[in-house]
Amino acid sequence: MNGGGEGVNSIVCMKQVPDTESIIRIDGEGTGIVEEGLTYVANPYDEYAVEEALRLREKFGEGKITVVTVGPQRAEEAMRYFFAMGADEGVLIRDDEPQKRDSLSVAQCLAEAIRDMEYDVIFCGKQAVDDDSGQVGAMLAELLDIPQATVVAKLEVADDKKSAVAHREIEGGEEVIEIQLPAVITAQKGLNEPRFTSLREIKRAMSKPIATREMRVPEAKTRVVSLERPPERPPGRILEGEDVDVVGELVDALRNEAKLID
Amino acid sequence: MAGIWIFPEQINGELKKVSFELLSVGRRLADKAGEELGALLLGSGVEMLASELAKYGADKVFLADSADLKDFLTEAYTSVICDAVGANEPSVILFSATTLGRDLAPRVAARLGTGLATDCTELDIDDTGRLTVKRPLFAGKLFANVAFDNGKPQIASVRPNVIPVQEDSKAGEVVRLEVRIDPSRVRTKLKEIKKETGARVDLTEAKFIVSGGRGMKGPENFSILENLAVTLGSEATVGASRSAVDAGWRPHSDQVGQTGKTVTPDLYIACGISGAIQHLAGMSSSKYIVAINKDPDAPIFKKADYGIVGDLFKIVPLITEELKKSGKK
Repeated sequence: MNGGGEGVNSIVCMKQVPDTESIIRIDGEGTGIVEEGLTYVANPYDEYAVEEALRLREKFGEGKITVVTVGPQRAEEAMRYFFAMGADEGVLIRDDEPQKRDSLSVAQCLAEAIRDMEYDVIFCGKQAVDDDSGQVGAMLAELLDIPQATVVAKLEVADDKKSAVAHREIEGGEEVIEIQLPAVITAQKGLNEPRFTSLREIKRAMSKPIATREMRVPEAKTRVVSLERPPERPPGRILEGEDVDVVGELVDALRNEAKLID
Repeated sequence: MAGIWIFPEQINGELKKVSFELLSVGRRLADKAGEELGALLLGSGVEMLASELAKYGADKVFLADSADLKDFLTEAYTSVICDAVGANEPSVILFSATTLGRDLAPRVAARLGTGLATDCTELDIDDTGRLTVKRPLFAGKLFANVAFDNGKPQIASVRPNVIPVQEDSKAGEVVRLEVRIDPSRVRTKLKEIKKETGARVDLTEAKFIVSGGRGMKGPENFSILENLAVTLGSEATVGASRSAVDAGWRPHSDQVGQTGKTVTPDLYIACGISGAIQHLAGMSSSKYIVAINKDPDAPIFKKADYGIVGDLFKIVPLITEELKKSGKK
């Protein structure tokens, strides 16, 4: 639904994920990960999403930014971080078994919550760095029957808010498309430089409202049967000696052992 | 009806390498499930590609040829694909996990209300036609075996560069599809495709990657990596670690790792990269890894097949010279 009026209203979809520095361990059942000891943060690509919503509001002078997430109660912390950056309010679609969901069921929950809200743009990260599926943004656009621009590295919204020009990163270059609004935009790294926020801002953000919604999560169509670690690499070899000899040995190994070069 | 379908991609009237990879994996699944392999070809003036799709295993080529499909527009393509699926009811559709496939496949899956597994590295099918796949999580820190429980078609996208290509000549009977697109439902327009000047092969499709990290000390020094990549040939390109990208030395599109690209080249040469966990996640599936670093304790050496402890500014140019001397390519 188009926001209309003077300002610009944005929705930012967020997922709370383990920090990228985390060592990920498989749980006893073999289908999930051990949560204990992990530091959870807002998905890094979602930070570019919220930053773009903030910049868009700065351009138009006013407007509301709503953060929507599907996840357990702890997802609130990541939401507060976005509040501290400047987002106004949040919707937490409570789901205590996130590891059982697939992207479609998450997108269906988001669509149900967002359908009756007012927005000009919906921002998502291009993918979450935990499951790396990269599906939710495009699925959400389809379920809401609005267009999408994915993996966007630059966005210019027209003054009348009826359209935008999006620069999408593609193999070996970029694709520039014009897109009607409202639309889903998924953020690539490089879209902007997310602002820093302070502990004080995070504390102040405690008073911003989060509406918790209970929802029957639709059945997943795909299911993780088991998780496994990547195969261990065979032990390597440190080449030692004078630079010239070492390089000769390396090139010889690449040619004759690995057979990678002619 | 049934059938395993693949969605080939073409650029300027030539099939992309990933399309042959899809044909090869699709052929294997079709044989195992006892089904036909169909290639769902969309574009404008692309019929001449049918014979090549047949040569690599397509029993049928479902052809949607229309001026309206000249440019890739998500909504137009989604609509044509979903019409074709409705009329022919394939049991599986495979896309490539390219930027196009990543944009298109989820939209198609959502419209059909079916499951999608992205970026798969292994695919299998059982007697009852149920697809199972393996796909990386956390940029490759873990892999998940995923089953499809409900609904058809089962949709997956396949990671470029992991499926060996095999010729397997089939009939490739062309089945023309009626193209009906409601223009009011196509709400994007292609303005321009900008190619990077002097762009080399994309990281995700490269056979050789020469990658630089903090140890490169500055953007100007990446020229020695460029030189090595040029010497390795047209299938080689240059990558970077997150610290090199965050320092502004390289564009983000060069970044390898958890907030960049996950890569699977035959050879990954890590220069001045210590090997932070999110970087290792993105390149550990490379066939061979060479690490050059002055710190003997750098974690990258644990992943390397060949390690050189030393000064990359001396060693990298020597490698280039040695390759030139011995007439590589």
